[in-house]
Amino acid sequence: MKDKFKITIDGVELTANQGETILKVASDNGIYIPVLCAYEGLKPQASCRVCSVKVNGRTMTACTTTASPGMKIENDTPEINELRKIIVETMFVAGNHFCPTCEKSGDCELQALAYRLKMDVPRFPYSFSNKEIDASNPKLMIDHNRCIKCKRCARGIKTEDGKDLFAFKNRGDRILISIDKELAKNISDKKAQEAMDICPVGAILRKERGFINPIGTRKYDNNPIGNNIEKLKEI
Amino acid sequence: MGKEVNNIITQYDSDKKRLMDMLLDIQEEFNYIPNDAIDSLSEKLNLSKVHILETISFYHFLTLKNTGKYTIYLNDSVSAYMSGREEVEKAFEKETGIKFNTVSEDGLIGLFNTSCIGMSDQEPAALINNKVFTNLTTEKVKEIVQNIKDGKDTDDLMKAELGEGKNSDKLIKSMTKNNININKAILSDDYIPSSALMKIIKQERDEVINEIENAELRGRGGAGFPTDLKWKFTANTPEGKRYIFCNADEGEPGTFKDRVILTEKPELVFEGMAVCGYAINSDQGILYLRYEYKYLKKYLENVINKMKKRNLLGKTILGKEGFNFDIRIQLGGGAYVCGEETALLESAEGNRGEPRYKPPFPAIKGYLERPTVINNVETLSSVVKILNKGNYWFKKLGTEESRGTKLLSISGDCEKPGIYEIEWGITINKMLEMVGAKDVQAVQVGGPSGNCISPNQFDKQIRYSELGTGGSIVVIGKNRDLLKDVVMNYTNFFIEESCGSCVPCRNLTVIYRNTLQKIIDGKGVQTDLDNMLEWENVMKMNRCGLGQTAFNPIVTTLRNFPNLYESKLVEDSDIKQTFDISKAIQEYCNTTGRKPIIEE
Repeated sequence: MKDKFKITIDGVELTANQGETILKVASDNGIYIPVLCAYEGLKPQASCRVCSVKVNGRTMTACTTTASPGMKIENDTPEINELRKIIVETMFVAGNHFCPTCEKSGDCELQALAYRLKMDVPRFPYSFSNKEIDASNPKLMIDHNRCIKCKRCARGIKTEDGKDLFAFKNRGDRILISIDKELAKNISDKKAQEAMDICPVGAILRKERGFINPIGTRKYDNNPIGNNIEKLKEI
Repeated sequence: MGKEVNNIITQYDSDKKRLMDMLLDIQEEFNYIPNDAIDSLSEKLNLSKVHILETISFYHFLTLKNTGKYTIYLNDSVSAYMSGREEVEKAFEKETGIKFNTVSEDGLIGLFNTSCIGMSDQEPAALINNKVFTNLTTEKVKEIVQNIKDGKDTDDLMKAELGEGKNSDKLIKSMTKNNININKAILSDDYIPSSALMKIIKQERDEVINEIENAELRGRGGAGFPTDLKWKFTANTPEGKRYIFCNADEGEPGTFKDRVILTEKPELVFEGMAVCGYAINSDQGILYLRYEYKYLKKYLENVINKMKKRNLLGKTILGKEGFNFDIRIQLGGGAYVCGEETALLESAEGNRGEPRYKPPFPAIKGYLERPTVINNVETLSSVVKILNKGNYWFKKLGTEESRGTKLLSISGDCEKPGIYEIEWGITINKMLEMVGAKDVQAVQVGGPSGNCISPNQFDKQIRYSELGTGGSIVVIGKNRDLLKDVVMNYTNFFIEESCGSCVPCRNLTVIYRNTLQKIIDGKGVQTDLDNMLEWENVMKMNRCGLGQTAFNPIVTTLRNFPNLYESKLVEDSDIKQTFDISKAIQEYCNTTGRKPIIEE
């Protein structure tokens, strides 16, 4: 029992295990902390910043901060949710996210999170930036309009011998996700599907398999994001 | 081509962690990184090409296209514009017949912009094939371009006297000036190399750290973290390889003091690293030198070699058994964010310079996942001085919470720009008097990431808790358009230099810039100003110091010069600045007696 201790999230006392992140403790206890760049099984990256919480008054990312005894964490507060909403809104205006025509609509974590945070329309002017669609790969299509640069593909999808299939190009607001053209030529259908699935938005799509799941049956169509975690609490 | 590339790869033992060095050498060899070279690297290092391209595309001075036989990088910082960069820029385009960001058809000349190159006191300045050209004028540009066309050597492009001091050393031969106006402790001439090492080898490791602790030395790079704590945290890790980095990536626009220390007192810096090596039991030091200071590399390597010959570095230093310490130089590739210590480590490991999240701190898990101390050039120099003269001497200088001296790099609208080593606690008024500045509108303290202050704050002191600074001070005269000439330039700088990882830094800084443009264009409304203050809390959610301060040029001027903004807002406009629904339907409610249900 030595490695177990108590923390509180929004005043609720929880038991945490030594070495676990705040995100893990919260999820295991039926508390939803929104994430975009964090993905189960991947080393956290802490770049989207939407999992930010206040730990003893200081803003920290839940995906990287290890829980320690007595931590007082604020998560689902109007203040923090407003900050998260602003971050999500900046993503909507930096890219070109036309949900109705996007194959991932209903399966998209960005869209689902925007609903959850009650975004009506972004408060910022749209950038309407000119972005490319790279359809040169036989199996995958990369739509830069929708990429939110979470790097989940770069971190999670590797070749059989461990090489990177995806990586960033450039820096700052010119950053792009790019695919290794030669290596990606020979990927299996399974790998291509994994790449599409790991993408939280509709930036990586499999070719020749559009709209396999009809709208209405998709992940978040009837089940808002975070519900699966919060259901744990009810059990 | 294959042979040269293979030689370069072999020179670094095909170690993928040395990718930066390989890429920089390839760039040097070909003026770009050819596709074939990427193929070779990919094969020999067992890395995918997309990974190598990720590193290349991050750094300003690594390119995929030939940058020309003569590659000209003209600095575009605020200080450069204040000194007449616009004319020089036009002259370059006129004389070469090409536009910026292009290369001439015959491949002879490439013209590019670059962020501050650390010459703010002698602007306009440019790097041509890594050589520094300062105090440029339209006439000098004419001369340079003519000489390029005549095929002259880079050394002979412009007639200019060599700078004072070591700038004329045969391994530097630069027209760069030191402009040291005041030297107090760090730059004083009473330093004898080896003096600190002689002292510490008779002491225990703890004693050395204690002396630094007693001196209350804080980091000189800007953040001001206690130096002894960094050392202690690292020294307390389990036995094994530890590293010491000297952070010589001073990229904050307006700062150039580390350049002067490295030019005039490199032994001081290297001795400081060796002292740290002794204190924390490490045998490897790495000087991370910003690419812009590449012209100092050979000279610095020679200093290291000389110190090795004198047994001040190397094995069994000064006969002390078990005291081994070597230093190598790691060159950067042109990225401001690499001054952030964990981005610096990523860069040194051959990756894009993206700051890591903390914890773990470098003291526990740093370079190659080993415990690492990262100290600024000036901090390490101070260490040697403290050991030589004692912590009491050091503590007598400065103020209670900011001990010792600080090197200020002062530029902009003043008579005597240059280096001023002051005691912490000096007021801005005093400083302005010192540099001969009149009709001052504002002072940018601590560079763009710092604070832009107005005359009614000039009685404030330069010290950590009042006006902290890594050393950059830019004086802005009354004749300048603060928003256009300064704030916009700095904001663009942050957009250009962001690593792009954290969402608020990548996206919101651009929105800040657009909003500022809207205000400059006379189309702004009060809500824009309110918003910009409110978004501050989102920017503070960024991971690193760059992201957390990228809004400072706008927000500090908005706070300190509200009139500048407010006077540009739209007046008597039809645009509804805010829409208050309660107010809008009040008459209706009064008439009908109904009450609205309005969600908060």
